[in-house]
Amino acid sequence: MTAFIIQRSLQGVGVILIMSLIVFMGVFQIGDPVEILINPDADQATREAVARSLGLDKPVWTQYFIFLKNALQGDLGTSFAFNIPAIELIMQRLPATLELAVAATLLAIVIGIPLGLVAGMREGTPLANGIMAGSILGFSLPSFWVGLILILTFGVWLGWLPVFGRGDTVTLLGVEWSFLTLDGLSHLILPALNLALFKIALLIRLTRAGVREVMPQDYVRFARAMGVPRHRVLTIHVLKNILIPLVTVIGIEFGSVIAFAVVTESIFNWPGMGKLIIESIGRLDRPVIVAYLMVIVTMFVIINLIVDLLYAALDPRVRLGEAR
Amino acid sequence: MTEATEAPTLPARATTKRETSPVIEFLTEYAKRPLALIGAVLFVTIALLAIFAPVIVPQNPYDLASLSILDSKLEPGAQSFGGMTHWLGTDGLGRDVFSAIAYGLRISLTVGATSSLIALAIGTLVGLIAAYAGGRVDSALMRLVDLQMSFPAILIALILLAVLGRGVDKTMIALVAVQWAYYARTVRASALVEREREYIEAARSLRLSHWRILMRHLLPNCAAPLIVVVTVQIAHAITLEATLSFLGVGLPETEPSLGLLIANGYQYLLSGAYWISIFPGIALLIVIVSINLVGDRLREMLNPEERR
Repeated sequence: MTAFIIQRSLQGVGVILIMSLIVFMGVFQIGDPVEILINPDADQATREAVARSLGLDKPVWTQYFIFLKNALQGDLGTSFAFNIPAIELIMQRLPATLELAVAATLLAIVIGIPLGLVAGMREGTPLANGIMAGSILGFSLPSFWVGLILILTFGVWLGWLPVFGRGDTVTLLGVEWSFLTLDGLSHLILPALNLALFKIALLIRLTRAGVREVMPQDYVRFARAMGVPRHRVLTIHVLKNILIPLVTVIGIEFGSVIAFAVVTESIFNWPGMGKLIIESIGRLDRPVIVAYLMVIVTMFVIINLIVDLLYAALDPRVRLGEAR
Repeated sequence: MTEATEAPTLPARATTKRETSPVIEFLTEYAKRPLALIGAVLFVTIALLAIFAPVIVPQNPYDLASLSILDSKLEPGAQSFGGMTHWLGTDGLGRDVFSAIAYGLRISLTVGATSSLIALAIGTLVGLIAAYAGGRVDSALMRLVDLQMSFPAILIALILLAVLGRGVDKTMIALVAVQWAYYARTVRASALVEREREYIEAARSLRLSHWRILMRHLLPNCAAPLIVVVTVQIAHAITLEATLSFLGVGLPETEPSLGLLIANGYQYLLSGAYWISIFPGIALLIVIVSINLVGDRLREMLNPEERR
């Protein structure tokens, strides 16, 4: 187990290093931030002074090693646009994104698993067919388009829910949260639903497949023959046994929820780090772009590692040495 | 070998069943599902609209001289001052929405299909080489595929576009980078099976060149599952391109694909001018759903076990 953890962690560090090189080299080849920051009429001396103050006059390799050294100390550069540390900017926006991602994941679990159970138990009925057809739509519709329809329907036509920003927030542990106020919660519903849609479709399919696999098993048939109540069979005998793959997928997909939050945040003006990265790409704020990508790559590597370990812990059949 | 054993039965089969061309046979089999047929018809219609857009549409949406700001934000069905009826309304610049959609379709379909085909070529080659070479080459290539597939497509595309900047070529590079791994994995899976067959052994004993074995023997026998992946991936590529362009990091303003049209209409959405965004969105939806319907049917036909 220890060897497995060490091997996987080293692999993860390798991935992060490679990504840092790609991202740094790529990002620092495009555009010239000096042009954006200073008055176009400024003379050559001013330009050079600004470039020097940003460390842009050094060779690119030196810049990379300085970047790497600073990154290890938690310093990913200073935002050109805001003039505060990029990592601080990301960390300010991170809670909003996490809140949205967690809300979306919870919605997906609460909606997706029951619908999947129904679709699996009542195979062939119009209800089950309807659920499956809905899940195909959930897979194929572009999420930004669904977001627009949600805004148009609930925000513009019905006027039930707000579609802009986070609403009132409460500060807890030094961070602002929307889900603790009614107003914030009403702002959270539509973006979370939008982000959850794809995962709902995924969980419906997985749960249904699991139910269909477990239902014909002897222990389920015996339980039913013994007269165990239907809901008990469902929760104890069926659900417990299909939970392992579900937990794994929910874990793996949490990373992709955070990645897709870029789209939802942009549509609903949710002030998370996804919206920040899109704005930063637009204004060529390179330290922020680099910091975002490094943070998200690190998060991915950690999530994948945790899921691998969880999977191994939950299912002893996974052979650790060559689990790839 | 197979020909020799089947030869005696051939005349018998010819008498019991009239020879039909495989194309006709395939099409009749395909058309057995009404939904699949609808998908195919929709897609062909959309493709024709895109190809013949300059002839069909009432207005060249990018000829600024023909636009009048007085005609801006007309509702669907309204008439312009020039007496032209705008069935799908006009946008903020007085541009006919239907015409803009037709031109947008051209861009979306071209970018989506081209990038999928390039990714197909690269992915297929990688998959074939991995399966055929085996050993270290295989595990190195597949490790790369695994690594890439552990990141969501939108994240990879976003990283690349953040690095490369906006543009048609750059968007296509991002779309190719996102897709090739799927093809590589699909091809490798079937090539691993085919590699062990006698005809490959025969080709090897004849000392044919590796390239010839890969391209003339292995590839044709691994192509079937690829057809399904291609259709699904084209739909994915179009969706992803639309998403990236909507976010303003994909195609530039000078190449207004459906995603950009939707983004441009977004600012008018809250004020009630829904048609500028919604109609391009519906066009995008028809494209994606029709391609998926076709892909589903093809998968069903190629995997007889899946038939219910």
